[in-house]
Amino acid sequence: MKMLLTLALKEIRDGLRNRWIAAAIIVLGTLALALSILGSAPTGSIRASALDVTVISLASLSVYLIPLIALMLSFDALVGEFERGTMMLLLTYPVRRWQVIMGKFLGHLSILFIAIFAGYGGAIIIMILMNEGITDGWQAYVIMMSSSLILGAIFIALGYLVSVLVKERATAAGAAIGLWLLFVVLYDLILFGALLLDEGQVISQQLFSTLMLISPTDTYRIFNLSLFEGVSQAAGIAGVASGAGFSGALMLVVMLLWVIVPLAATLLVFQRREL
Amino acid sequence: MVELDAVNPEVISLQSVSKQYGIETVLSNVDLNVQAGECVVLVGHNGAGKTTLMKLMLGLTRASSGTVEVLGGNPAFNASVALHKTLGYLPESVAFYEAMTGREVLRFYARLKAVSNADCEKLLELVGLADASKRRVGTYSKGMRQRLGLAQAMLGDPQLLFLDEPTTGLDPILRQHFYQLIDDLHKEGATSIISSHALNEVEARADRFIIMKAGIVVACGSLDELYQLASLPVRLKVSVLSGEVNNVAQRLGSDININRISDQGLNLSCSNEEKMPLIRRITELGENISDLQISPPRLDEVYSYFMSNDRS
Repeated sequence: MKMLLTLALKEIRDGLRNRWIAAAIIVLGTLALALSILGSAPTGSIRASALDVTVISLASLSVYLIPLIALMLSFDALVGEFERGTMMLLLTYPVRRWQVIMGKFLGHLSILFIAIFAGYGGAIIIMILMNEGITDGWQAYVIMMSSSLILGAIFIALGYLVSVLVKERATAAGAAIGLWLLFVVLYDLILFGALLLDEGQVISQQLFSTLMLISPTDTYRIFNLSLFEGVSQAAGIAGVASGAGFSGALMLVVMLLWVIVPLAATLLVFQRREL
Repeated sequence: MVELDAVNPEVISLQSVSKQYGIETVLSNVDLNVQAGECVVLVGHNGAGKTTLMKLMLGLTRASSGTVEVLGGNPAFNASVALHKTLGYLPESVAFYEAMTGREVLRFYARLKAVSNADCEKLLELVGLADASKRRVGTYSKGMRQRLGLAQAMLGDPQLLFLDEPTTGLDPILRQHFYQLIDDLHKEGATSIISSHALNEVEARADRFIIMKAGIVVACGSLDELYQLASLPVRLKVSVLSGEVNNVAQRLGSDININRISDQGLNLSCSNEEKMPLIRRITELGENISDLQISPPRLDEVYSYFMSNDRS
């Protein structure tokens, strides 16, 4: 445990030193605040609370931003140390290889935790103060923050997998951008394109929902937009998840699997790696 | 020099170890036994397999065939965390986390070995980095990095030291200082494996040399053993009273090997076995001989002998 803490603390200190954490807090906080101010205007007719609307816009934005931040933190984590030669020295110390990975993971997850909860959390406090203390819908907001952290964890894990598989940092950077494009843009594009071309021949509603569930970003989005009634009504997305019969728990499991599987694969590759 | 006997437990034992990277053979059939307290020096050209040999003993890579045992266990990968507490490693051209200060780097490594911060300060003082410890490692010179590398290798009083080209980038005074540190650790019973190009520096310190060439151990032994193996000539410089040179040369006989003859004396060479008889013959010449200097072959001669000779 002490090893993990030492390794994690090093990553957190690195994050503080190179102002990564500060930058991420500012970006996330500013966006959350901007969206909440803009988003509170058109709520009148459907009687959604200001926070509900903010959750919708923030969840949609987080799908782009959180994976990007997570990948930027993680793509370099292993290949960078291989390339510079610091990993070789580190592994002659009494640390186990899984501790190196998990220590880094804990550290990077903490950085994301700080950024998300300080950024989004700070914004909600300002929002509540501006709305004369109305806190309706805060639960959805907290769930949104927590699931954003899981979304971050998914892309940290994917970033590590890229980082342990490639030979050079430049390749890792390219692959990270590719991953981001795939899960954030291309997957949905292909899915909807296929749906249009198919005209309901092969792709049933069930299959379509399952294909959505497979993508971590879609699951995150549906999870946030469907979990609370106020949010789902305002988002008009209630049909997708409930129609397919996905429970919140199932979606959570899918997301956690997206963390565990790449992380386990990273460990497996790293264990066999020779330096 | 440490007497090698059965009392000293074996610290490292390699048996017919080979290592291939793809189709390239980096080490082939290396046997090596190192006893506790020994100082073993690896010499050989770049690419001879010295670093790979160290990495095998450190558990950073696995042998393709053969067995590697360090302190009675397999160092490979996760097999032996406890073992790693007792060893120190200074890699060739050591790399650190550039954004951290020297002190932060050392404290980070110290925590992994459960060494106190106070000990870190002592080590920083010892390697002369106390003043620079608040600066980022990125601003350090080659020599300073090397010193920081030494400091981290010495964390927790290691029993087994692996030093890959330890004195590159160090100025002569620091080199002496460095060997002093190594000697101190040896007095406490530490074992060390040093790879070096600086033959004259390590000549006096090593208990044993391992000469490597293209992944093969071409010779292994103490300096004396290597002299005998190489059967390089011993050189004698005989100073003679003026005017007596020719007389002396005649009386020594025709069967000796005279390299050079001058007014002041003779330069002779002979094999190690012929050395004592020759010296006796010279001293029998009495007062005509004013001085006699004997120089055994130097390590670099032994080294180039083994390197030039195609023994593979």
